[in-house]
Amino acid sequence: MREFIDGTTAIVRGALDAGCSFFAGYPITPASGILMQMMRDLPKTGGVAMQGEDEIASIGMCIGATLSGARAMTATSGPGISLYSESIGLAIMGEVPLVIVDVQRMGPSTGAATTVSQGDVQFIRWGTGGGFPVIALSPSTVAESYWLTAKAFDLAERFRCPVFLVTDKELAMSLTTVDVSAYGEVSVRDRETAVGGPPHTYQPSDQVTALHEYGQGEPVRFTGSTHDENAYITKSPPVVNALNRHLIDKIEEHRDEVELVDADLDPSADTLVIGYGVTGGAVRAAVSTSRAAGTPLSGLVVQSLWPIPETAIGEAVQGVTRIVVPELNVGLYRREIERIVGDIDVIGIEQIDGDLISPEQVLEVIG
Amino acid sequence: MSITVTPLETFRTEDPYPFCPGCGHGSVLDSLNEALVMMELDPAEVVIVSDIGCAGLSDQYFTTSAFHGLHGRSTTYATGIKLRRPDLTVVVIMGDGGTGIGGTHLINAARRNVGISVIVMNNFNFGMTGGQHSTTTPEGSITSTTPGGNLEHPLDICGTVGVNGAGYVYRGTSFDKDLPQRMVDAIRHPGFALLDVWDLCTAYFVPKNKLGRKGLDTTMEGLGLDAGVLFEREVAEYTEAYREAASRMGKRHAPVTIPIEYESGIDEPLSIVAAGSAGARVRSAARLVGLAGIRSGLWVTQRDDFPVTVKAGHSVSQLVLSPEEIPPVGVSVPDVLVLLSEDGLKKVGEMLEGMGPDQLVVALPEFAQVETKARVELIDPKGWTSRVPKAQFGLALLAAAVVRTGMFPPEALRAAAGGPFEAENVNAIDAGLGLAG
Ligand SMILES: Cc1ncc(C[n+]2csc(CCOP(=O)(O)OP(=O)(O)O)c2C)c(N)n1
Ligand code: SF4
Ligand SMILES: [Mg+2]
Repeated sequence: MREFIDGTTAIVRGALDAGCSFFAGYPITPASGILMQMMRDLPKTGGVAMQGEDEIASIGMCIGATLSGARAMTATSGPGISLYSESIGLAIMGEVPLVIVDVQRMGPSTGAATTVSQGDVQFIRWGTGGGFPVIALSPSTVAESYWLTAKAFDLAERFRCPVFLVTDKELAMSLTTVDVSAYGEVSVRDRETAVGGPPHTYQPSDQVTALHEYGQGEPVRFTGSTHDENAYITKSPPVVNALNRHLIDKIEEHRDEVELVDADLDPSADTLVIGYGVTGGAVRAAVSTSRAAGTPLSGLVVQSLWPIPETAIGEAVQGVTRIVVPELNVGLYRREIERIVGDIDVIGIEQIDGDLISPEQVLEVIG
Repeated sequence: MSITVTPLETFRTEDPYPFCPGCGHGSVLDSLNEALVMMELDPAEVVIVSDIGCAGLSDQYFTTSAFHGLHGRSTTYATGIKLRRPDLTVVVIMGDGGTGIGGTHLINAARRNVGISVIVMNNFNFGMTGGQHSTTTPEGSITSTTPGGNLEHPLDICGTVGVNGAGYVYRGTSFDKDLPQRMVDAIRHPGFALLDVWDLCTAYFVPKNKLGRKGLDTTMEGLGLDAGVLFEREVAEYTEAYREAASRMGKRHAPVTIPIEYESGIDEPLSIVAAGSAGARVRSAARLVGLAGIRSGLWVTQRDDFPVTVKAGHSVSQLVLSPEEIPPVGVSVPDVLVLLSEDGLKKVGEMLEGMGPDQLVVALPEFAQVETKARVELIDPKGWTSRVPKAQFGLALLAAAVVRTGMFPPEALRAAAGGPFEAENVNAIDAGLGLAG
């Protein structure tokens, strides 16, 4: 059995199947479809979907609802991520599990609402003050849009932090044929909750405490200010240091639990093409065309953008002398690859005219 | 079985307030404590959502649950908490600063009548950041940012939320003897409740403006603002109304799977571009072709390009039908171009230029002169035996293209044409098929 389905539908289905029970968002092309489908379907599963008065209200409602026991998601595009900025920091600081979908469109500013882009990949990583880590997943197909959304819910609980699902206009709004067996299954962990005791733990610094939810019999404190383990505001340097180290270490020291790539490597290839998101399609097509013509080529589609999957990339670049990174931006992710691959030649394909990168363009660069 | 609950004597922690001597915030919080004691609530079931500023420090002095978030956004967290757990008592405490930066949230929470209560500790300036003017600073008042006297008219918070539907609205001062009872009334009100409580910032506003307890009353009078309960109305509480409405909504949308019943006639990918005007069902016609392709075992992608205005300008759909699974990639030179309108023509000039004799253009007669090296097949609706509405020309011409390319049997297209427009769709398809045959 097959489906003719867009990424929007797959994301909403992935969220609902993962147990999403709260959604709030503000209309913006190309993310509005997620809001509309959530408004249509979430109430029918006992959840709540809201159209907020703006993006700030929407993400605020999500954070409040999460603390009361919901598993929440919001969705927007670049301009809305700008408005989320401060609240992303709040979710990091207060250790709030939350899924944030960014359906990228061309920026800056209002840009072009119905034009594809991958211009937000660094923005979502550094989208709030302080420089603390976040997790970001990026589907490259509609089927991946389904299971990576579910995975985002899983990781949000595992790490008690905001997890981005970074997609784009093309994947969200184009229809593709999916064989229903391709959706795959993700086991999404239940939320670990606790009643009583401190809502945070900083030692050992990489450990995550079970979430304390409101209305479970014991008072629960929450704050977005620098706080001790009981969520009282503090400026005490050892406590502040422990808090900040914890916010970093709980993710950085467990990067292996987040790493997701789709590697298609040929040991005899001297060139590796690395892509993500909608550009992953061109990577896969270029690899198969090249091989069919008798030229070995390796491909790597990155599914977990942040933290950058250093181990998987490190393995994939073994033996290659050249890496090609096609992106619908000005080489924003390429600079991360350059940072970790040492002396290997890294060639970018930067496209910012609103068109997709074709497999032929990739093959042309490879020569 | 009966459970005896011993009412709490206080909801305060043992810590003294952190406020400056004489600051009004402490007595407002004392009133809130009294109100909570009177209501005999379970502190775990009460969430104090504090905004920012000196007012925002409040939650730490209560034994209740607490949420301390971002400046101005407290109402949004309170809304989320209440939507998920309507049984909890949710009380927002914000300064006048919060009513400025978060004004839209206040108005919208009032409009919705989510059952939360908002206490504004209104001291006419930003205490925490050094006494700058706020939305409520009276005209002429001296603050650190209005050294020559404030030029702006102060915001009527109560009027603003009141005229927009708030269930309960009260204005008073921190000195009001009945403040605890008014807080009880506000919290018990099922809808959105707001108390605008004027108080003294002894560090900044009081010394700069020689304001005292009496001055609060005379300022109110001078501005023509009433004190007391200003709005009290029966309202439909939002979370209740939401659950009521949700219970009537039926079942979650189920996936629509497509059976493979036909055989396709192509062994290589085939691309079709339909170029027409927005609002003319170009996308839905292309989608039907896609569905028919899938019914015939093909893997189809459909990319649509249209302006944000949706019903004006161009609408161009790119279909790729392939015997093998394919990612959505752009089509630069299509195998078939279906040309439906001037709007569409404007978007496909480059495609037409790139096309050659191996490719086919299917067009309405008005495009007879179109410049291209591709074969052009004109289809004249005048020749159709049944009347086809203009909005269905796209589907008819696509049906013609189906026959020309043999990508799948025409029955597959008819089978895909179900849904609300089935009869109309089949009529258009048959018109296109007849002419092309
Ligand atoms: C987004 C943002 N902008 C500015 C600030 C700085 N800030 C802290 S408190 C405050 C004003 C608070 O005034 P008010 O709400 O009246 O509370 P008060 O201190 O008078 O009780 C401001 C602007 C902030 N915390 N967040
Ligand atoms: S600065 Fe003003 S508002 Fe803040 S504690 Fe002092 S008197 Fe109160
Ligand atoms: Mg103030």
